[in-house]
Amino acid sequence: MTTVTSAPPLPGSRPAQVIRKDRSLRWGSPVTYLVATVLVAICVGPVIYIILGGFRTNSQITTDPSGFPGPWQLGNYGSVLSSPLFWQQVGNSTISALSTTVAVVVLGVMASFVIARYDFRGSAGLYSLFAAGLMFPMTVAITPLYILVKGLGLTNSLLGVILPQIAFALPTTIIIMVPFLRAIPKEIEEAASIDGASRLGFFFRMVVPLSLPGVITTGILAFIGAWNGYMLPLFILNNESQYTLPLGVQAFASQYSVDTARVLAFTSLSMIPALVFFSAFERRIVGGLTGAVKG
Amino acid sequence: MSDSQADVRTADVPVPPVGPVRAGGGATTAPSPAGRPRSRGGADWRKRAEIGVLAGPAIVMFVTFVILPVIMAAYYGFFRWKGFGVPTDFVGLDNYKIILQDSAFIEAVQHNAFIVVMSLVLQGPAAIAFALLLNQKIRGRSVIRVLIFVPYVVSEVIVGTGWSLMLQTTGAVNDLLEKAGLGSFATEWLSDPSVAIWSLMIIITWKYIGFAVILMLAGLQSIPEELYEAAAIDGASYWQIQRRITLPLLGPTIRIWAFLSIIGALQLFDLVYIIWGQYIASTAGTSTMATYMVLEGRNAGNYGYGNAVAVVLFFISLVIALVYQRFVLRRDTAGALTGGKTK
Repeated sequence: MTTVTSAPPLPGSRPAQVIRKDRSLRWGSPVTYLVATVLVAICVGPVIYIILGGFRTNSQITTDPSGFPGPWQLGNYGSVLSSPLFWQQVGNSTISALSTTVAVVVLGVMASFVIARYDFRGSAGLYSLFAAGLMFPMTVAITPLYILVKGLGLTNSLLGVILPQIAFALPTTIIIMVPFLRAIPKEIEEAASIDGASRLGFFFRMVVPLSLPGVITTGILAFIGAWNGYMLPLFILNNESQYTLPLGVQAFASQYSVDTARVLAFTSLSMIPALVFFSAFERRIVGGLTGAVKG
Repeated sequence: MSDSQADVRTADVPVPPVGPVRAGGGATTAPSPAGRPRSRGGADWRKRAEIGVLAGPAIVMFVTFVILPVIMAAYYGFFRWKGFGVPTDFVGLDNYKIILQDSAFIEAVQHNAFIVVMSLVLQGPAAIAFALLLNQKIRGRSVIRVLIFVPYVVSEVIVGTGWSLMLQTTGAVNDLLEKAGLGSFATEWLSDPSVAIWSLMIIITWKYIGFAVILMLAGLQSIPEELYEAAAIDGASYWQIQRRITLPLLGPTIRIWAFLSIIGALQLFDLVYIIWGQYIASTAGTSTMATYMVLEGRNAGNYGYGNAVAVVLFFISLVIALVYQRFVLRRDTAGALTGGKTK
């Protein structure tokens, strides 16, 4: 399964020999492929199980838990897709993830620009402040955070989820963006300033376009983080119509615990957006992390 | 250098915002003929304003929703408080005494310690091996990379729901073992206390190894190609090259990954809470400090106590993070976690 996709389209049979020779050079040892295939199978297997399970009936699942659908059932997916609650939760997740992403990228790039390119006392301290945030995921802060959000009157509102999400996504964003912005050569900034651009002009005309790869990396990470977030919505949202998808999946799974097939269908449908987003931008993410790891 | 440039620039551009605010300072209200110091001050003010406008919103958000809650937790942790109104029942260190003597909490700490160690042991070597493998120029490499990252991208709730269905007594895993003639290995994956934490480790490894592999791959790609060419010219074998060049140069990446893994393992909540629910985690032997915190704090309505647990969790993480940075990361953070030393 790993080899099929990237094979170049084979032309007619005549130059086949040449191609084969060329190919045998690029094929590595079979052991490599065997290990890679096993690894991929382990990683993808359970996800496939969930997706296929949605195409079965409950009695199929009971009599043969690890079997294939036979015959294939579309009813489970159909009933989930026709449920207004599911779409409501898709909408909530979309609003939460998109607004978090946009805000994190905008605030994060602005702050990273200051840290990376302004000479001022406390710039190192500012970086450490955000970097320290990396050490403390939401778990530590969740109890007081809940009290804080309740104090602001934002429980049971998506805003109460979005604001903390933005704050907690800032450290990663800044850690990834700062090396990107530092790497923009000083000469470009000097040239821009000779041409009469102010530092803010430089920011909007040069920095924003040049840092686009980093922006995409951090944007995707923020989107996936927000889309998948569980703990914060669990504390903040109590009303099923306000739920984001992870809470929806859990509520659905406990409500219909006997209807395994429908739970599996609901589950598969809710993971599609994050998967699509990620596979579209995977290359960018590795690129962005490379910059960050190098420091 | 930058100062003189700033002078040139602000001399070109009229500086309207400078006047009124500087006037508050009182020194240079009149249009001064000696323009030099004035425009320097203006550039400085302008720079500060830019810093404030650009960095301000991020700082406000971060301080409000990340720093402030930690301080609040420290305060509320001294009270017996049900979460309504102003806390008044000051109990000093009582909450902390109870936490540290509660055998349920001690067990949770032990589970966390086990998860920390086993995550490093299980994921580290495997991730390095897979990264080396996938760093070779093989066909379908980019597809493989996307696929091994799938578990990391899928949310904890989905992972938890899916795996708990598969690991049921009558679930797919036991059924597969049966079919493969390994029926004797079929077991109570989730409820047997001697097995459950290993099931958890399997799920954690499955979920997070993709992230480790991608991180290692990113690290491998930053190793200059010339080193490999030079070594190959000198006649080094594949294994010699990996041992003498790749591993040492991958060191910083490995150490940062280990740091992230340790912190993540200490704070583990979602998977346990989803799979084992609120009440079964402790009897199945998979409770963590975070599930203990939620169970005894919010779910029991004892917010003062819950905050005190948060403080203990914070403190344990902080100490481990600082020790790790001091002794392991010191050489190579490149400022990433200790502050902008490289700047």
